[in-house]
Amino acid sequence: MNLPPPAESLLPGQAAPIPLSMLGVGCHATVRELPKVGSAFLRLREMGLLAGTVVTLVRAAPLGDPIEIKVRGYRLTLRKTEAAQILVEPVG
Amino acid sequence: MALPAHITARSPAAASRQPVYALVGNPNCGKSTLFNALTGLKQKVGNYPGVTVEKKVGTAYSQHGQPITVIDLPGAYSLAARSPDEAVTRDVLLGRRRDTAPPDRILCIVDATNLERNLYLVHQVLDLGRPVILVLNMMDLAARAGLTVDVAALEQALGIPVIACEAVRGHGLIELKLAMSRADLPLARHAWTVPAAIAPAVSELQASLVAHDGKAPLLARAEALLLLTDSDSIRVAGSSPLSPNTAGILRVWQTRWSGEGTDWAGSLVNSRYDSIGRIAADAVRQTAAVGPSVSDRIDAFATHPLWGWSLLGVVMILLFLSIFTFAEGPMNWIDGHFAALADSVKQAMPPGDLRDLITDGAIAGVGGVLIFLPQILILFFFIGLLESTGYMARAAFIMDRLMSRVGLNGKSFIPMLSSYACAIPGIMATRTIEDPKDRLVTILVAPLMSCSARLPVYLLMIAALVPDGRVPVLTKVGIMLTMYALGTFGAFFFAWLFKRTLLKGAPPLMIMELPPYRLPRLKDVALHMFERGWLFVRRAGTVILGISIILWFLSAYPKAPGGTPPTQQLAQSFAGRAGHALEPLIKPLGFDWQIGIGLITSFAAREVFVSTMSVVFNAEATDDNTTPLRTALVSAKWPDGRPLFTPLVCITLMIFYVFAMQCMSTIAVVKRETNGWKWPIFQTLYMTGTAWIMSFVVYQGGRALGF
Repeated sequence: MNLPPPAESLLPGQAAPIPLSMLGVGCHATVRELPKVGSAFLRLREMGLLAGTVVTLVRAAPLGDPIEIKVRGYRLTLRKTEAAQILVEPVG
Repeated sequence: MALPAHITARSPAAASRQPVYALVGNPNCGKSTLFNALTGLKQKVGNYPGVTVEKKVGTAYSQHGQPITVIDLPGAYSLAARSPDEAVTRDVLLGRRRDTAPPDRILCIVDATNLERNLYLVHQVLDLGRPVILVLNMMDLAARAGLTVDVAALEQALGIPVIACEAVRGHGLIELKLAMSRADLPLARHAWTVPAAIAPAVSELQASLVAHDGKAPLLARAEALLLLTDSDSIRVAGSSPLSPNTAGILRVWQTRWSGEGTDWAGSLVNSRYDSIGRIAADAVRQTAAVGPSVSDRIDAFATHPLWGWSLLGVVMILLFLSIFTFAEGPMNWIDGHFAALADSVKQAMPPGDLRDLITDGAIAGVGGVLIFLPQILILFFFIGLLESTGYMARAAFIMDRLMSRVGLNGKSFIPMLSSYACAIPGIMATRTIEDPKDRLVTILVAPLMSCSARLPVYLLMIAALVPDGRVPVLTKVGIMLTMYALGTFGAFFFAWLFKRTLLKGAPPLMIMELPPYRLPRLKDVALHMFERGWLFVRRAGTVILGISIILWFLSAYPKAPGGTPPTQQLAQSFAGRAGHALEPLIKPLGFDWQIGIGLITSFAAREVFVSTMSVVFNAEATDDNTTPLRTALVSAKWPDGRPLFTPLVCITLMIFYVFAMQCMSTIAVVKRETNGWKWPIFQTLYMTGTAWIMSFVVYQGGRALGF
């Protein structure tokens, strides 16, 4: 399992997209790309996770997976296998 | 009351009959609370035919006392259904279900603290072209989160009545009832741009749905849009399939788009959220900056790597402590009253077969199951409490990683854990698991968790284990824990096996909302508890009564001549003969025909084994004092004089009880929850088969090692 990298590797303004699963706890990011196929990603879109949406990684579960994100004002959990396929761009 | 299927929205009778509202909303938005507030106790709870989805219909009264039918549809995030629950909501709204008339009007409830995601479903519902009232719930919580929601702006943007409401406190109900009794509800001013690449497909599908599937034009457009979002939709029994023509058009477009690389479903979702974003930008203002919410602060503790586990442990210990503490009184009460009832029937009726049928068959059998009702109700109460406070989702969040090892997700944790007390509420609680295969796997393995009815059997066997008197407490505890661990291990092993073989499915997902913590409404939790309990009694009752009478018949017939002691009566009864017939099969496990009788009568409930043994071995036993029975068991012998209950046989018997499916109530509930006899029969066979194999290995292995 991939563990989130230490927060200092995500410098403010850094533009290179990273997988959501690599976002540090407490960091904000803008969603850049979700896979087009798969009912999981359709459901994530329907729950408001779209390209351009700002998300915050709130925490990982005590055993490291799943993760909890904040999106459009509510809390959502997803497993790292899905999060690894969602590209995000960290913001300040 | 459900409306007869022949009354449709367009029939001439429509004008005169009671208006039908469907109540629709996301999970956790206060929908049940609003439904209870609108209808009071005037509700009818049942099932949609062919699926295990709860159907709730109630009657509300307008401010002028006019009755209004309200159907509480299952909570859904989208009409592109991902679970049987959501599929029912979709099918009722689209008029696809023959057993439920399409609603005349729709009541959409949304959580004001989380408007954008909640409006997604509303956006889909508005496509249906029916009058909609929007209920803006949890306005107080929105204010506390620093959000101001402009009701007038929402009304302006959507063109439908919007009612601000706090369902928990009953605020806004009068305004809502006034709106509901309006004769002239406006249709939504619902314009949104379907992406240009997709628009031609929508018109083509719409035309085909009107021409070949008999849909009304507006419903057809909504259905066309849904078909394009929902590429792999869940179909549930009772809904009508697409006509070949429409399905063909859909396939042609999908093939074409796949070739072009067009993400049709994604762009439809995007354009809906674009439209929602514009509405929300006008209506919602963040007026005050607020720090971390109460939920945030609770979660920092409740999902903490260390404290999270401790809290989960404490909650679970409290759950089991309260089951065993609070259930005891009512259980004794039920026991006493059923005994008194049987006695008074004995006094009132002349002796005979009919009297025995009533007292020993019906009353004893039903009493033996109802005695578990206090435990079942307490579990339902706890499950309801965990659900309504929001902690259930946290338990699933914490346990997901462990459950994923066997291919399930965190939502299977609470049902499996509840099964340590009783599998029935555990199995009924699997309805929160969205994926039908995950749900079935959970149902299949839940009864392997050692339930409380196995305890008396374990205790008796432990008591009989050591030939001379008392067993050291530590040994007792050790054996007991081994049995519980064995059942737990078995449950996880079979979950892993079924997910890999029989019920292979898509990789499990854990896409779940973590709702804010809320104070539970005890009234709603209690109502839910009684509904569930009543459902169990009603649905399982007939099966249980039937099997009780069969079991009584087997042990009471053929009748021995008057004056025969009960031990001999049982020995020569059908059950006794069945025990004899069973002996060749169970002899390799070290069990004789007398134990065989106990295995048969355990079908009423596993603990019946204890009372059967005391009849078989002619000992007077009570639940809390097994000493006379223990002595009788220890002195029981095979015909050749070898002792029957050797320590190895006691252990083997316990292992048999760990794995075997011997509970008619569970079988009845599994039949109910899986809609047929296929899975309960499979479950009985695989569990009992495993029990036999495990017992065989232990007994023969033990013998080979010289025990």
